[in-house]
Amino acid sequence: MDLTFVDAILTKHNRDTRSLLAIMQDIQEEVRYLPKEAVQHLSKELSIPLSRIYAMATFYNSFHLEPRGKYTCTVCMGTACHVAGAPRLVEQLERDLKIDSGKTTPDLMFSIEEVNCVGACALAPLLIVNGEYNSNMTSDAVSRKIKRLKKEEGGA
Amino acid sequence: MTKFTSVEALHSHREALLATKKDENKKTVSVCAGTGCKAVGADLVVEAFKAEIAKNGLENAVHLKATGCLGLCEKGTLVMMPADQTVYHSITPKKVPTIVEQALVQDGRADDFLFADPETGAKQPTMNDIPFYASQKRLLLDKNTLIDPICLDDYISVGGYKGLAKALEIGPDKVIDEMKKATLRGRGGGGFPAGRKWETCRNAPSDKRYVICNADEGDPGAFMDASLLEGQPHSVIEGMIIGAYTIGSDEGYVYVRHEYPLAVERLTKALEQVRASGLLGENILGTGFNFDIKINKGGGAFVCGESTALMASIEGRVGEPRAKHIHTVVAGLNDKPTNLNNVETWATVPLIVEHGADWFTQMGTKGSPGTKIFSLVGKVNNTGLVEAEMGATLRQIIFDMGGGIRGGRPFKAVQTGGPSGGCLPADKLDVPVDFDTLWNEGSMMGSGGMVAMDDQTCMVDVARYFLDFLKFESCGKCTTCREGIRRLHQLVSDVAEGRATEETLDLIETLAETVEKGSLCALGTSAVNPVLSTLKYFREEYLAHVRDKKCPAGVCKELITYHINENCTGCLICKRRCPEQCIAGENKQIHVIDTSKCTKCGICKDVCKFDAVEIY
Repeated sequence: MDLTFVDAILTKHNRDTRSLLAIMQDIQEEVRYLPKEAVQHLSKELSIPLSRIYAMATFYNSFHLEPRGKYTCTVCMGTACHVAGAPRLVEQLERDLKIDSGKTTPDLMFSIEEVNCVGACALAPLLIVNGEYNSNMTSDAVSRKIKRLKKEEGGA
Repeated sequence: MTKFTSVEALHSHREALLATKKDENKKTVSVCAGTGCKAVGADLVVEAFKAEIAKNGLENAVHLKATGCLGLCEKGTLVMMPADQTVYHSITPKKVPTIVEQALVQDGRADDFLFADPETGAKQPTMNDIPFYASQKRLLLDKNTLIDPICLDDYISVGGYKGLAKALEIGPDKVIDEMKKATLRGRGGGGFPAGRKWETCRNAPSDKRYVICNADEGDPGAFMDASLLEGQPHSVIEGMIIGAYTIGSDEGYVYVRHEYPLAVERLTKALEQVRASGLLGENILGTGFNFDIKINKGGGAFVCGESTALMASIEGRVGEPRAKHIHTVVAGLNDKPTNLNNVETWATVPLIVEHGADWFTQMGTKGSPGTKIFSLVGKVNNTGLVEAEMGATLRQIIFDMGGGIRGGRPFKAVQTGGPSGGCLPADKLDVPVDFDTLWNEGSMMGSGGMVAMDDQTCMVDVARYFLDFLKFESCGKCTTCREGIRRLHQLVSDVAEGRATEETLDLIETLAETVEKGSLCALGTSAVNPVLSTLKYFREEYLAHVRDKKCPAGVCKELITYHINENCTGCLICKRRCPEQCIAGENKQIHVIDTSKCTKCGICKDVCKFDAVEIY
């Protein structure tokens, strides 16, 4: 793995260990997860123990330690979405994609994720696919959405 | 961009702006570009307006603005004409030509897109006619309708940075006096008077002090702070500069959730502008006062909304709270005196400094002056952001502003204060909403989240939802919080899944007391509120789960079954869509669900057009 992008990020933050969270966020921004090699490199370059970086990576929910799918299907689990039936959307995704929430399909095409609240409660329940908001979703609409995406991929 | 080297330069710039505006006599069109409206296509509406305005040659006669959240997210995309406060709802690009023709070319109103009374059909053209807006007191949110969030001149022309100018004029002592007199209580949920906090921080001996804006709005179902940062980032920045000047700080941080990309983007732009115009950085307005602000993005940990955890996170560590034997105003970030307030508190500061404490305390109640923004969500007709005077009743907020419960269903409960708050039943609807009253009723104001619930919401499920949330979000430092919430979740799950006895309910209450007493920070001590308040006010519903093994609201999966009733026309749709293939039936005959195979996914109910699928 080419780690020059990690060096660039380190330089941007003046190699300041106090910016560790921001550095890790920038790495993830680049490759959408925290690759093991990048984390090891970070540990060596900043002279901080691997355990501390992994503590950060597992404490903060926004970090991913495994590659994510081409389509990230995020279900908002805020209170408004919950009372409007968000858990059923997650179950539907799990059924349709045959993976658990938080996981990625083996072909690296789809990931299911949950987010605490994105503050778009008027649209509840909400499914976000790669940043695109799908409002007032139902289990049936989720199924149709996934089918359509699979078809697009199959056809391409 | 003009660089202001003195307070006078800022004032004369404002006067020049207002004079030009008067001369130009342009009509303004505000299109809501908050997160909610953007999600339903506000950007396309803005583009459509641009094209249509150009087509009609109105470029020099119309000022088009993409503003912050206008509040009524339910009816997005909202479009407003600030001149007479006409509001149009549910606007799509297709409707734009009509609005441009009728409202801008002909100078009338596009009647078809105005709000209307749901019963009489009478049009409600302006904000004063629409009950949602008319019953609010929009001290802060009004600015969202008037300004382009990332246009500094817009903010200055509506009186922006007047508060800062006044603070620099009267000096820190007088600012503290005004702030103390105003008794502005922390809008993040703690309710601690900001003036006293500032004073302690200012008096703490140190050569370095910090100010922090807590924008880690983690309560699910709350987006007040997001809308302020998106709609008027300059209000927050101005408040922070005043705070830093008063306290004697030269370094500030905004800790904002990474889930709010739009807020981060607008805040970043606003900071660039104030730096370029001499309102931030070295020698602010030529007074010799230096102060700068950095943005820190959160990592998606709820506990980082707690002040000491937040500071640990800025220091590049895991966000674990610490005991506050020594308060953060004495030893906070980097062990230096640190004054932390939340977004809404900071945004209110410039108004208090500009207009004075006496003006501020006229609003609200004696113990909680001013206004408060609530995000009103759940099963109400008008989902959105409302700003009410402190002391307004829950009924006013939910029924007058919120338009009552969706589909005419009965009101069951309102959840206030997020995961730390509680649920209040219908007979508490006339309770005035302020810091102290809600606390006494077993709930809390929190940061202003308000979730309305109808008879199809199960209170056991709501309690379980919050425990599940907190179980995951507990940082794990205190045993009572880490293990206690986990066990509470298990016990409430037993209730929801029909394994519990009445003794389980007693056990829940005993354990809740331990969790409350044994935890360090507010996450643990208040984690028990949702379960205790629902047990207090909705015990019958818990008992139905325990004794009858029934979920009256039809939510708890283990206790419900799906049935098809005689409304069924035998259209075969549910049969085709059932993932378990457990629906039997022929064309034009009533279908039957094989309950032994049914996984209760609810798809049949979703797809049925005849309301024939029932839950028992």
